[in-house]
Amino acid sequence: MLKEDSKNIIEKNKSLGWVLEPDAKALMKLQGLDIPEFILTDSFEEADHFLKRIDSLVVAKAVSKKILHKTEYQAVVTGILSSDHLKREMMRLKQLDGCENILVEQMVEGIEVIIGAKNDFQFGPVIIFGIGGTSVEIYNDTAIRMAPLKTDDVSSMVASLKAKKIISGYRGKAGVNMEVLTHSIVNFSLFVMEMETDFESIDLNPVICTRDRCVIADARIILKPS
Amino acid sequence: MDLKYLFRPSTMAVIGVSTSQDNHPANVIYNKNHLRYPVKTFPVNPKGGILYRDKLYSSVEDIQEDIDMAVIAVRAEYVPGVVEQCIQKGVGGAVIISGGFAESGNLRLQQRVADIAREASFPFVGPNCLGIYAPDYVDTFFLPGERIIHPDKGNVGFVSQSGGVLVDQMVKFAGQGIGISLAVSIGNKACIRETDMLDWLDQDLETKVIAFYVEGFEKGEGRQFIKKAEQCSKPVIILKAGKSKKGIEAVSSHTASLAGDYRVFSEIMKQYCVAEADNEYELTCFCESLSCYPKGINGNIGIITLSGGHGVIAADACELHGIALPGIEAETKNIIKEKLSLGIRDIVSLDNPLDLTGSSTDCDIVTSARHLSRDANIDCIMALLIPYSPGISTDIGAKLSQVARNEGKPMIAYVPNEDKYNIIIEGFELNNIPVASSVEGAVLMAKALMRCRPC
Repeated sequence: MLKEDSKNIIEKNKSLGWVLEPDAKALMKLQGLDIPEFILTDSFEEADHFLKRIDSLVVAKAVSKKILHKTEYQAVVTGILSSDHLKREMMRLKQLDGCENILVEQMVEGIEVIIGAKNDFQFGPVIIFGIGGTSVEIYNDTAIRMAPLKTDDVSSMVASLKAKKIISGYRGKAGVNMEVLTHSIVNFSLFVMEMETDFESIDLNPVICTRDRCVIADARIILKPS
Repeated sequence: MDLKYLFRPSTMAVIGVSTSQDNHPANVIYNKNHLRYPVKTFPVNPKGGILYRDKLYSSVEDIQEDIDMAVIAVRAEYVPGVVEQCIQKGVGGAVIISGGFAESGNLRLQQRVADIAREASFPFVGPNCLGIYAPDYVDTFFLPGERIIHPDKGNVGFVSQSGGVLVDQMVKFAGQGIGISLAVSIGNKACIRETDMLDWLDQDLETKVIAFYVEGFEKGEGRQFIKKAEQCSKPVIILKAGKSKKGIEAVSSHTASLAGDYRVFSEIMKQYCVAEADNEYELTCFCESLSCYPKGINGNIGIITLSGGHGVIAADACELHGIALPGIEAETKNIIKEKLSLGIRDIVSLDNPLDLTGSSTDCDIVTSARHLSRDANIDCIMALLIPYSPGISTDIGAKLSQVARNEGKPMIAYVPNEDKYNIIIEGFELNNIPVASSVEGAVLMAKALMRCRPC
């Protein structure tokens, strides 16, 4: 059963047809999945305070009901370290169509993967996993399994990728933490089963995997038309 | 729903036989069953009278005996009434071969028939189908016996949405010596669907392998099917048509665009160990090898060949299909070399493929197969037997079969499919060793055994 808080978040976004990024991430967090530390604000002072406290690179994104694909609107700025840079970009983002707030979050670096779900007509919820980022459709190096998943399914998904060596570590570069990745995907698949009647498709892309975390850097949930 | 009256009927009514057209589908069905099958067959036409010097019944209800199954071949609009009569009479089930339902837009008429039947727990196959071919029991295909090629009775259960594909596949099975336990064309599948057939064939003692030709499932039906396939004690093979990307509209998420309908289908089949055949040829090969070896292998093949060229062709095909040719252990090589005929000992290639050359004899092949089977790196033997050289006897099939049975590892053979080599082919097949008629076919047979490895 979905938690009451999760149900409320879904309900709130029903009329929009998709779930705004901060809400989508809140849903993931309620499910026990890892999201970056963040602040949602329209105030530069608050954002700057966050930047100073985090003391590392941050990402700033426009939160707008009119922008589903942020990259196409230059609504995502990565690698912000200085207050000046943050101020400049916040001002620009606020000008974007329908921008209500700015999501400023810690920038995690690692291997970018996609974890997604689709409510398939014939099979119901299915999980997709593969190499993520903005070019996922070009490479299309992904595996699909019917939800819910077992831990063995995750290993077989990884093993079926062309880029499996990137996941396991390649030429001196660390791979991802398989235990955390497996737990995240299995856990996500359980969430998806509970969401069966509500969602059409979900993209967690990218999910940044490091040696000890799998952090959801962006999340998009498309709801079923009511 | 009990399907035994449909697939194992003792009595059958053929409703809709014509008094004027001998080629009418119902007449073809009546004739072939009446004359050539043990099922007691009764012709029905409202006119009544006499047909082919036998009594023509004016209604199924006029038949004195209990009727297990009815073939309904009347015009679509009369089907609901006839189904009601069958239910009234206590018939055990029907094959509705009539067209003119959902396939031509008459969804409501089809729904009416389905509702009447469901209400009475009355199972039926179709409409718009060829129906059932159960060797030694019944044949509702409206194709004259002299026109179709029937495979022998065997252990493959085949279910097809398309009647044309079913008949064509039966010809292919017959050509490869593959026998059928039951073949059913389910047509518009308004009542009996793939999942029902999976249940029936799973418990059918005569069936060892279950194969499907599927165009598509209804909402959520794919999940139901795969859950049943997972529980099924027998290998399940599927040939999917309608793979093209049409229908995938501009979608608003990456996942939806990456996970097209067919990709989802195909990956889930792998996830649940259903062997998906890419085409009819693969389907044929898969049926033969999985009917001999229901258990899977990891896909480490040891190839024995009598010609270097065949070995290379097989190695290429193995790589294409993700099948490994592991190296042979030094100890295995030594044992084999020691036991080979003196004449070939220095000219053979003791690698994988193991090329015994055209100068080898039965004894060399048997020895090699035995010791290759004992090599821990190898979990399946492929014997490419071109029987052209004089050292090979007609007993080689039977002899190698004994090796496979003793050593307990699957063996797959390639022997050219020519009449004069039948004794070799039968030497294998009668001992449950699958024989392919091409090198590629042998590799596909090995691929089928890897069905439980999703990557």
